[in-house]
Amino acid sequence: MSIAQDSGPPKVSPLYDPKVRSIAYQVILCAVIVFLAYSAVKNAADNLARAKIASGFGFWNQTAGFDISQTLIEYSANASTYGRAFWVGLLNTLLVAAIGIVLATVVGFVVGIARLSKNFLLAKLSAGYVEIIRNVPLLLQLLFWYNAVLKALPDLRESWTLPGSIFLNNRGFFSPYPIFSAGIEFVAAAFVIGVIGAIAYARWAKKKQEKTGEQSPVGLVALGLIIGLPLIAFFAAGMPATLGYPEKGRFNIRGGLEILPEFVALLIGLVFYTGAFIAEVVRAGIMAVSKGQTEAAGAVGLRTGPTLKLVVIPQAMRVIIPPLTNQYLNLTKNSSLAVFVGYPDLVQVFTGTVLNQTGQAVEVVMITMAVYLTISLVTSMVMNWYNARIALVER
Amino acid sequence: MAVATQDSVNHSYVRAAPVEAMPAPGATTGAVGWIRANLFSSPANIALTLFSALLIYWIIPPMIDFLFLHAVWSGSDREACLPTAERPEVGACWAFVRDRFFYFIYGSYPIPERWRVDVFFAMLAVGIFWMLWLEAPRRDLGALYFFVVVPIMSYILLVGMPALGLRKVDTSLWGGVLVTIVVSWVGIVFSLPIGILLALGRRSHMPAVKLFSVIFIEFVRGVPLITVLFMASVMLPLFVPDAWSPDKLLRALIGIAMFAAAYMAEVVRAGLQAIPKGQYEGAMAVGLGYWQMMYLIVLPQALKITIPNIVNTYIGLFKDTTLVVIVGIFDFLRTVEVSRIDPKWAAPTTSATGYAFAAIFYFICCYGMSRYAKSVEARLAKGDRR
Repeated sequence: MSIAQDSGPPKVSPLYDPKVRSIAYQVILCAVIVFLAYSAVKNAADNLARAKIASGFGFWNQTAGFDISQTLIEYSANASTYGRAFWVGLLNTLLVAAIGIVLATVVGFVVGIARLSKNFLLAKLSAGYVEIIRNVPLLLQLLFWYNAVLKALPDLRESWTLPGSIFLNNRGFFSPYPIFSAGIEFVAAAFVIGVIGAIAYARWAKKKQEKTGEQSPVGLVALGLIIGLPLIAFFAAGMPATLGYPEKGRFNIRGGLEILPEFVALLIGLVFYTGAFIAEVVRAGIMAVSKGQTEAAGAVGLRTGPTLKLVVIPQAMRVIIPPLTNQYLNLTKNSSLAVFVGYPDLVQVFTGTVLNQTGQAVEVVMITMAVYLTISLVTSMVMNWYNARIALVER
Repeated sequence: MAVATQDSVNHSYVRAAPVEAMPAPGATTGAVGWIRANLFSSPANIALTLFSALLIYWIIPPMIDFLFLHAVWSGSDREACLPTAERPEVGACWAFVRDRFFYFIYGSYPIPERWRVDVFFAMLAVGIFWMLWLEAPRRDLGALYFFVVVPIMSYILLVGMPALGLRKVDTSLWGGVLVTIVVSWVGIVFSLPIGILLALGRRSHMPAVKLFSVIFIEFVRGVPLITVLFMASVMLPLFVPDAWSPDKLLRALIGIAMFAAAYMAEVVRAGLQAIPKGQYEGAMAVGLGYWQMMYLIVLPQALKITIPNIVNTYIGLFKDTTLVVIVGIFDFLRTVEVSRIDPKWAAPTTSATGYAFAAIFYFICCYGMSRYAKSVEARLAKGDRR
């Protein structure tokens, strides 16, 4: 029975053992990375010492000494620090990204659905929009909006006046702005109560429908609670808000809300660009719902509206959400192109001006990257959570 | 009573031939029917049609006016494009584009040496054609030509080699379409192999390799390209000894290649995941090693189904090359940007003309690529249909 005797694990040279090889490869890879990192750090230390550039995060608390054209929080060139400038830039980035995401979603859904329309003209128009916008670089579009459209508006003295004291000129948009006085807290409280009430009502209505099959006018009631309640509170509190109107002087416009042309150009560019991509995502999502679903909905007697709302959209959303998240992240990352039109976002303020003034390239670039990475990770986490909630539950 | 044969009896009241079909009601066929079905089938549809027609009316005629009817086609400086009393509406100032055309293509590349750029374009065109034409003969040679021969030859041509009588041309003189093509092409050539390695690394069973790949891919994909370019431009020189400090163009190329590789890795990974496990197991069963398995069995299939996505990544890369401006390189868009603010051509429509020209250039390139991706996709779908 020689066969039985030989049937132990065959003896091989450790050179050909997959396990040994795998460990060897990984050790080599780690060694190379450690060596590269070590020499990079050493070179950086040498180069910085020679150029007499400080290192570390000491610059964070030094006075910035430069102005920023749009600040959501208090900031002044002489008194504020680089750290403060960082927060100003970050808030500006988040502002344009948040507004951009909302508007791009609207544009994307409208165009995406329009592209599937049976109306020939509308479908072709949407297709043309998507193809043109997607195939031209975003930077070119931003420069076009900023330099060829907004900068070509009339100057201050000849600014266009729209109804409602809205001024439009090459220094930006000026519109009335509400000024709140005491008592506005009641309105805010009424709004919060309205939202909570609407959610509670929607839950109750859903339970009722599951039990009895009766539907309730959720949309109308929610609208009444969210809009109506604050309105009542507003009048009950004696209208604690007035509008501050912009007034045109000889050299500038005072009061009111001022929106920078840089902000407008960046927003328009991002919304149109991302909107075109979202339109494709939406179209693909709706087309992924098989035609049988629509036909079955028709067969059980649903009309077009409820078919879309109850059958097609919930299924399409499952396909749409992951790529839609990607587009939101792209929009946020693309908002860094603000630096080309001069909108004071994180990259323009921090990686641009602060980097130039302090010369601390490593720290500044690292902080900027960390911020974008954090935004990306947090967004993906939130979206993954939502995605898991609406995912298909299979048996 | 004889049995009458058919033709002997005069059945004049029976039709011998079928009746001609009546024409369909005029409103359901032809152009009228099509219009009724597609544009005016319901009140809502009519409203949409009117809305679209209005939009088209607002956009298209002014655009044609601007681009063609009111355009200025020739002239030597801004005078030609200024509005005058007899011509109050001036459209696109194409004279400006004609004047600056060669600057847009070559940047400041020395004029007597520009034939080298032309040869480079020609070599590249041959390579691209060879790679894209799926029935071309000897595509393996084509790949060798595109990924090895062209890079070496064009480096010698464009940078110069005094030993061969080609004088050195500093990269700071390069510009225009030349730089756009060089940057995007280097991105293409380097991102695919690095991307494949990263994708394989991410699917590897070795924890260190996997971790490194995941960190690299997710890090680069999580930050904007601008910050990667900033890193390449201001941090890279710090990390290498002073004597090795790379020149500006090289820094941008490194940044772009790293960025594109991370995106390419995810595209390739999707392709790898689509290959059934049986293919891997079959390859191992016939005794192939890891690299043989990948090279002979898995990658050919995975890359084939990924071609459309690879081309889409290239479209993104091509558009992203406009961002290299941030590190001070004169790509095509930058040459347009510099020219449009030149006082010699300062006229109200110069900026819009420059942007329109750039938009047409990018649109043709990107749209061409996306059409190609679509056609490959259709071809692959045909193969899968049973």
